[in-house]
Amino acid sequence: MTKKTGAEILWECLVREGVEVVFGLPGGAIMPVYDAMLYYPVHHVLVRHEQGAAHMADGYSRASGKVGVALTTSGPGATNLVTGIATAIMDSSPIVCITGQVHAHLIGGDAFQETDVTGITLPVTKHNFLVTSADEVAEVVREAFFIARSGRPGPVLIDICKNAQIEEVDFIYPEEVSLPGYQPPTHAPLEDLKRAAELIEQAERPVILAGHGVTMSDAVDSLRVFATKTQTPVAMTLLGLGAFPASDPLSLGMMGMHGEAYCNLAIQNADLLLAFGMRFDDRVTANLRTYAPRARKIHIEIDPSEVHKNVEVDVALIGDLNTVLIDLIPLVDEYDHEEWRAEIEDWRSESQARDILTWPDDGKLYTAHVIRNIWEATGGDAILTTGVGQHQMWSAQYYCFEKPNRLITSGGAGTMGFGLPATIGAWFAKPDHEIWLVDGDGSFQMTQAELSTAIQEGANIKIAIMNNNFLGMVRQWQEFFFESRYAGTPLIGPDFVKIAEAHGIPARRVTETTEVLPAIEFARQTDGPVLIDFRVEKEEAVYPMVPTGADLDKMIRRPIRKQPTAAD
Amino acid sequence: MQLTLIALVENKPGVLNRVASLFRRRNFNIESLNVGRTEKPDISRMTIVMENGNVDARKVEANLYKLVNVIDVQDVTNQPAVTRDLALIKVSAKSEQRAEIANLASIFRARIVDVAPDSVIVEITGTEDKIEGLVELLRPLGILEMVRTGQVAMMRGTASGVRYSPGANGFRETEQVAD
Repeated sequence: MTKKTGAEILWECLVREGVEVVFGLPGGAIMPVYDAMLYYPVHHVLVRHEQGAAHMADGYSRASGKVGVALTTSGPGATNLVTGIATAIMDSSPIVCITGQVHAHLIGGDAFQETDVTGITLPVTKHNFLVTSADEVAEVVREAFFIARSGRPGPVLIDICKNAQIEEVDFIYPEEVSLPGYQPPTHAPLEDLKRAAELIEQAERPVILAGHGVTMSDAVDSLRVFATKTQTPVAMTLLGLGAFPASDPLSLGMMGMHGEAYCNLAIQNADLLLAFGMRFDDRVTANLRTYAPRARKIHIEIDPSEVHKNVEVDVALIGDLNTVLIDLIPLVDEYDHEEWRAEIEDWRSESQARDILTWPDDGKLYTAHVIRNIWEATGGDAILTTGVGQHQMWSAQYYCFEKPNRLITSGGAGTMGFGLPATIGAWFAKPDHEIWLVDGDGSFQMTQAELSTAIQEGANIKIAIMNNNFLGMVRQWQEFFFESRYAGTPLIGPDFVKIAEAHGIPARRVTETTEVLPAIEFARQTDGPVLIDFRVEKEEAVYPMVPTGADLDKMIRRPIRKQPTAAD
Repeated sequence: MQLTLIALVENKPGVLNRVASLFRRRNFNIESLNVGRTEKPDISRMTIVMENGNVDARKVEANLYKLVNVIDVQDVTNQPAVTRDLALIKVSAKSEQRAEIANLASIFRARIVDVAPDSVIVEITGTEDKIEGLVELLRPLGILEMVRTGQVAMMRGTASGVRYSPGANGFRETEQVAD
């Protein structure tokens, strides 16, 4: 039997879980782990703030489908992870966070850099562990990865005491995981499937609501087969974008607060909603009392606590989405729904008339136009990461996602500052893929310290800041609902070009529409990180918009602008 | 109305905290929560009584299953179950009142377990209603202190309580998810 230290066992187990890269920042209580790291084939990415480590692990996970790993010390090192962990659990992102903890015998004594990290992270992790001796390490790591990636994925934290890192014990790798209380459901019962098929048979105006669960459960192909066979239009949540090709005639694009108007109208007029791996978040349902009033509802969901949570459904199929769809598809017939689709097409063409893309060039720089230009330049296949706010919604609306795992964005938590670190994480997952960060000037400044990480690692990422000198989404709400009283929203930003250059990152500023395409090309042709500061229109608003608490089809619409005529 | 649930959980440090934290963040109000050992050393048993204001048992069960350490949940509300609460009630009593208290206690099959010059301690086991009944009768004499264990519950015979979520139950046949 070989004896190993707890730190060595940790790395041994991480390597066996397929970990190739960890994002972290060392400190006193995790030093034995860092020391042992040098002997294992794992690349360490030094972050500049631990929040960045959690977001990088998250971005890595979303781009690769694998578990991302963050590594920090105790106390502030661990508490700085919390925002990133909360972000990950809201979006069901599998990450494992490993934090150092003081010696087990010091716990409870307010030792230097001691914080009750398992206590603090309990409500925002899928599960967490406190490891007080080296002989627990192997089993805990095995369980942590199993829990993080299985069932409804989510973040798991391992708090490992310093003595547990140093002690030498016999290393026995646990081949099996034994968790008597943890058995994620797979198949839904046949009687429920048959009931669902009956409702589908009776439906004349069905709509599929595709959520993050479609990509998480690898059900993209099954969704396409189901939608095509039953000719059912597909609406997507923000995190569902890419689950169904935007160019498919059955695609309704994004639903909800800033969703397509025709998509929201289709949902409100549907007689059957098929919710696939989504959770009826308030941002997609708007007023629950008037939500899809004539629709019966089928909910396919792996987490039983999400069923009947916000919306009472008629049939709940609890199980793994892809497994359930594969079971369900043979039970449904082919349908056409021609009239229903024609009705939706009418709404769609009305929406297009209001689209900002149809506006005549007025010499102003609009974020939506810039994002559409990036979409065109990248052939619509780049991985696009975002911060949170207006630029995020325009990215969702104007970068038409054809494939899954292309949009990496903080949905449920809405974490500003997610963008840059998540982009770096995504680059480690897909170093050969084109990766663009579309960020706002407010979001970007929250984690811009990670520019140092990007240049240290030579991350080939393209940063496009939609700089409007405002916390734009809050400003929009102030414009709509607070009579344009701009409390705390104007930003006097730094010179982002100089900030980039100070990091050794090539950068450009764009103020004219004619400069947009050359700047995008410059970024694409330049190896390594590039930053472009787009000085966009300051007081532009995201349309359509469903005000909080309003009915889903009571949208504030963009005013129609006419083409200039000779009379103008 | 009250809901009564039985939860079997792994006997590990911090599990009670996980359950309590879950109830707090989901806004479930606990009426009483009792934890103790079972016939299996690695399993603890909780009896949870709660007001079902805006929750139903299915929702509580589904949320409990999100905790990795929760093995089984049964809803025994309105089921053929034995439920018991134990109370110790310290009543102000001079020697001339002891007989009256002893009388009341015997009617309720309660016991006097301590006698002091100015007080007695009455021990009573039973359903919540029965205990409430004795408490109301003792109250005029002056209750100095009271402690209650909260309800514990057990289904009669071989029946089990209601389980709602298919596949979410550790004790039911489910297919193992591949790692």
